[in-house]
Amino acid sequence: MSSLTKKDLLSKDFLSIFRRSFKTSTWLGWKIESNWTDPFLFAVYSIIKPLSGAAIIVVMYSVIAQGNYDTPYFAFLYFGNAFFQYVGSVMTGVSWAIVDDREHYKTLKYMYVAPIQVPTYLLGRGMARILVGTLSVFITILGGILFLHVPFHFSEVNWLLFVVTFVLGIIALINMGLILAGVTLMLARHSDFVGDAVASSMFLFTGAIFPITSLPVVLQPIGYALPTTYWLELIRRALIGNVVDAFPTFAGFSNLQLLGILTAFALVLSIVSNRIFRACEHRAREQGLIDRVTNY
Amino acid sequence: MLNLPKIEKRSTGINLFMQTMIGRASPRLIGLYREKSWLIFDVFFPMLTVIGYVMIYKAIGAPEDYVGFVVVGGAMTAFWMNILWSMSSQLYWEKETGNLPLYIASPAPMMGILLGMALGGMVGTFIRATGVILLGSLLFNVTYTIQNGFLLGIIFILSMISLYGLGMMTASLFLLFGREAWHLANLAQEPVFLVSGFYFPLKFLPFWVSAAASIIPLTLGLDGMRQLVFASGATLGFLDPKLEAIILAVLSVFFIVGAKLLLDHTEKLAIREGRITENRR
Repeated sequence: MSSLTKKDLLSKDFLSIFRRSFKTSTWLGWKIESNWTDPFLFAVYSIIKPLSGAAIIVVMYSVIAQGNYDTPYFAFLYFGNAFFQYVGSVMTGVSWAIVDDREHYKTLKYMYVAPIQVPTYLLGRGMARILVGTLSVFITILGGILFLHVPFHFSEVNWLLFVVTFVLGIIALINMGLILAGVTLMLARHSDFVGDAVASSMFLFTGAIFPITSLPVVLQPIGYALPTTYWLELIRRALIGNVVDAFPTFAGFSNLQLLGILTAFALVLSIVSNRIFRACEHRAREQGLIDRVTNY
Repeated sequence: MLNLPKIEKRSTGINLFMQTMIGRASPRLIGLYREKSWLIFDVFFPMLTVIGYVMIYKAIGAPEDYVGFVVVGGAMTAFWMNILWSMSSQLYWEKETGNLPLYIASPAPMMGILLGMALGGMVGTFIRATGVILLGSLLFNVTYTIQNGFLLGIIFILSMISLYGLGMMTASLFLLFGREAWHLANLAQEPVFLVSGFYFPLKFLPFWVSAAASIIPLTLGLDGMRQLVFASGATLGFLDPKLEAIILAVLSVFFIVGAKLLLDHTEKLAIREGRITENRR
């Protein structure tokens, strides 16, 4: 299957199918994620898990620092860990629909015969997790500010930098999720772990919880090759700029330079992800993997 | 017409129970060498989280024993994940894949099936957890100072018995669940890692939180084992390891008896309400 041309992208049909696919799959994704219980329990479920994850790190820190949260490292750690939740929710959100529809609901083949755009459908299915992830990040940050007095000053936030960085990072993550979805299509076993496995790896290499300069020198290039590293650095600069000065990993780079790198990542990933997904999809069709159920 | 072999000897009672148990345990053990990719997914990837947490401790200058605490805690997460995904929710998966009615229809006792799942899962997970401990210890040069090997062994065995007893008990509860089963198992990860002190000494949580979390056998098991294998463990312990062993023994009896009673009850309930073949995707 050839990749989409510029003409295709601009056609009225394409936009209409995009809109329809996205709208319907977002609604479907939300229903699947949330209607197994009542809204209150769903809200509790959605915030307890990420808050517990953040609390593990807070307690670990507190045990050693004896409750002294007023340090640059704690702010670095707290914000990095909070925003890193997006990495898991966005990437896994987009790729998980393959596992869910193929193995669980056994409907992936029907999606392929329906008049929809599969990548758009996957994005829509992932939107529910992205929304829940947003809520989790917000509550984690709010909890840190209110109860742990994480140094955050509303008036000192560089909102423009934050918004631009945030959007670029989410674009990069969505496209990485699409690549993962393609890989998932070709996997027989462990496909349900792929998203979590990649997110765990990135947790280590992107400077989410410690500066990447703390990694062994041979592993540091992995961190520099990942867009989330720059994304987290810029998010921290926008929200807690003065704190980041204590961690000189990117001291030689201005905000604009880092933004340029992140933009390049987002652009390249947007182009490459669709091609990779299509290539994986082509292979999956050839090998009859679209409707394979392994019960693994 | 199919010519099935004549049944020469009918197994009943303890023989049937043992055969069921071995039969259900064997796929979990065979899977260990048939599907070797678990090495990557069950040892290497959990190590990434362990490394991340170790790096935090290193960044804030924690004493060396804390690195060991994380390695041991990281290894024990394998058991908790096994309980959640391969014990508690197993009967739910069996229902989803259509095996559960066959279990119920066969003469095999359900307790034998649950024990077989537990046995197979325990052995397989033990190998995985050992992998995490070995890799973590080598990577971070963890020093172990075993103070009472006998008590350590007792605490570990009691932790496993009570933990898998808990798994058997919750498996019967999950029999009644529909789509919420997956979400409930998912929810019981991070919150349990937090309250059970998987990555830090339990002592630092408020007393009543730790006491309440002690219903999960790994909470006391992990605390007891840490006290017995690390030099500073005793000073950071929640309760005396001997007391923890006694509590774990009580929990073992409670969970296994509870599993039997609950299974009998839920099986009847599930049959009566038609939930054995129900598939609410």
